[in-house]
Amino acid sequence: MSVEQMTTTGVPAEPYVTADGRQIGNVLMEMKNITLRFGGVVAISDISFDIREGEIRAIIGPNGAGKSSMLNVISGFYVPTEGEVWFRGSKRPQMKPYQVAQQGLARTFQNIALFKGMSTLDNIMTGRMTRMKTNMLQQAMWWGKAQKEEGEHREAVEKIIDFLEIQAIRKTPVGRLPYGLQKRVELGRALAAEPDILLLDEPMAGMNVEEKEDMSRFILDVNDEFGTTIALIEHDMGVVMDLSDRVVVMDYGRKIGDGTPDEVRNNQEVIDAYLGVEHD
Amino acid sequence: MFYREAGDFHTTYKDDNQTFPIKFDRIRYYVVLAVAFGVIPFLINDYWANAVFVPFLIYAIAAIGLNILTGYCGQVSLGTGGFMAVGAYACYKLMTAFPEVSIVFHLIGAGFVTAGVGVLFGLPSLRIKGFYLAVATLAAQFFLVWLFNKVPWFYNYSASGQINAPERTVFGMAVTGPNTEAWAKYMICLVFLTVLAWIARNLTRGTVGRSWMAIRDMDIAAEIIGVNPLRAKLTAFAVSSFFVGIAGALFFSVYLGAVEVGEAFGINKSFLVLFMIIIGGLGSIFGSLAGAAFLVLLPVLLKNILVGGLGWPIDIAAHMELIIVGGLIVVFLIAEPHGLAQLWKIGKEKLRLWPFPH
Repeated sequence: MSVEQMTTTGVPAEPYVTADGRQIGNVLMEMKNITLRFGGVVAISDISFDIREGEIRAIIGPNGAGKSSMLNVISGFYVPTEGEVWFRGSKRPQMKPYQVAQQGLARTFQNIALFKGMSTLDNIMTGRMTRMKTNMLQQAMWWGKAQKEEGEHREAVEKIIDFLEIQAIRKTPVGRLPYGLQKRVELGRALAAEPDILLLDEPMAGMNVEEKEDMSRFILDVNDEFGTTIALIEHDMGVVMDLSDRVVVMDYGRKIGDGTPDEVRNNQEVIDAYLGVEHD
Repeated sequence: MFYREAGDFHTTYKDDNQTFPIKFDRIRYYVVLAVAFGVIPFLINDYWANAVFVPFLIYAIAAIGLNILTGYCGQVSLGTGGFMAVGAYACYKLMTAFPEVSIVFHLIGAGFVTAGVGVLFGLPSLRIKGFYLAVATLAAQFFLVWLFNKVPWFYNYSASGQINAPERTVFGMAVTGPNTEAWAKYMICLVFLTVLAWIARNLTRGTVGRSWMAIRDMDIAAEIIGVNPLRAKLTAFAVSSFFVGIAGALFFSVYLGAVEVGEAFGINKSFLVLFMIIIGGLGSIFGSLAGAAFLVLLPVLLKNILVGGLGWPIDIAAHMELIIVGGLIVVFLIAEPHGLAQLWKIGKEKLRLWPFPH
């Protein structure tokens, strides 16, 4: 593909450098003209954008703009009425959410969706579900392979526990943990899958400033250390503008802006959507 | 004082993952096993075997089975009695069709047959949840009992409509039929319970168990992190039915010897096993054992106190027994909704700190 070829989003398909000097990598995932309708309600109408390797991509917009619906389309929970999802250069056929997970996507939820009866450790271990290979018979006997596999995955999970600084609550049932820690465990569970793309649905909702700072640091570290591509939805504009490399702005199911935080901040349509428009 | 984990360090993940990570627990576990295998068989008599130990062991297997489905995977089932009947009739058909094969294989085979039937009746769980699923499994209960009454092939066209266990031996000792020694009945049930409980523990602590619990706690999130809900639910139904089927087969062949399906495997049985896991503790192997022991022992104990101790007439005692057991269950559920397993856990926490709780 030559540099001249453009993607549907109007930016080069090849890696490029933005006006403010950010390195933007190859296209990892691309939404092509996604439309999602529920009966007569149009949740998303004709939206296209891409997610590039190694970037932090934010999706913002006022309440009811269709951000969460977009994330649900990406994670395979909703099937778009029209449009295509391309992943790693090929069109993704219609698949179940667990198959999407196996392809290398992991996500967190706006309202925490942890397994409340299980310990922190078990929750994060469940995140590695897609990487477990032993069959039921081997597990029933708990011989050699099953035990070895458990040990190996435990090691990987312990690294995540260290990374997120939650060693002390390893064996605590997550139902008993405070909100901020639950959010952190949920991030851990998503990280455990070692995803290519990590989807975060309002990772900082309901947090105080200190917790937000912690969470921001974790998100940046994940992006830096593991090179994970991140797509996130967030309401806190300060956080979004500081964290993300590129931003998609949605309003009433339409895309009204796409670009670096600076570009988006100066986009008239975006300003109108957030601050309101004068009607004469 | 005596219950300490100080100095008990785990340096590998394998150590940390043990079923009994505290040394004291581990030793107690081996002591219990040693007594169960090495002492009780020599002391047991017919009364203790038939009234207490054999029903306890068999119900414990059924309770573990149902706990896998309901406690671990969150799928409520009222079809336990029906699945026990499948195990019993499968065992009977296998025993009479292949008399030269060891009964052990018949029992295991009965488990597999029940697993298949369980998967079949588990299919609705992919679409419906909670109470609605309970009603669907209730249909399984009534259908299966009806089937075994209606189709003479299942009871080999016998005139009475009953099935009778012929005499079968293991290592030369009779384990079914009228000439069975008390200890032989006890031993075969104990061996099955021990092995099955060990398998249940292994399954529930690994990937399979986590996928069941994930489905139980938050099925949408489970699916999104890569749990195949179809697989998780159907394996839970299969494993659960396997256990329940073996329990049914043992109940018929070793414990009762002769069975009329409506009486032995009616809806009462489904509720009894469900109460066992609720009282014992959902999502706990130990809870299954504790619940089975509680509901098997309590009536025996009450009977001994009321009839033997206070000299009441048997019919009044029988009614009082129902009232007391029912009342106790209600009190119990209000006081400790998480069951005996939770009480046990709290007790252990207290003991760890005793006598200096602060």
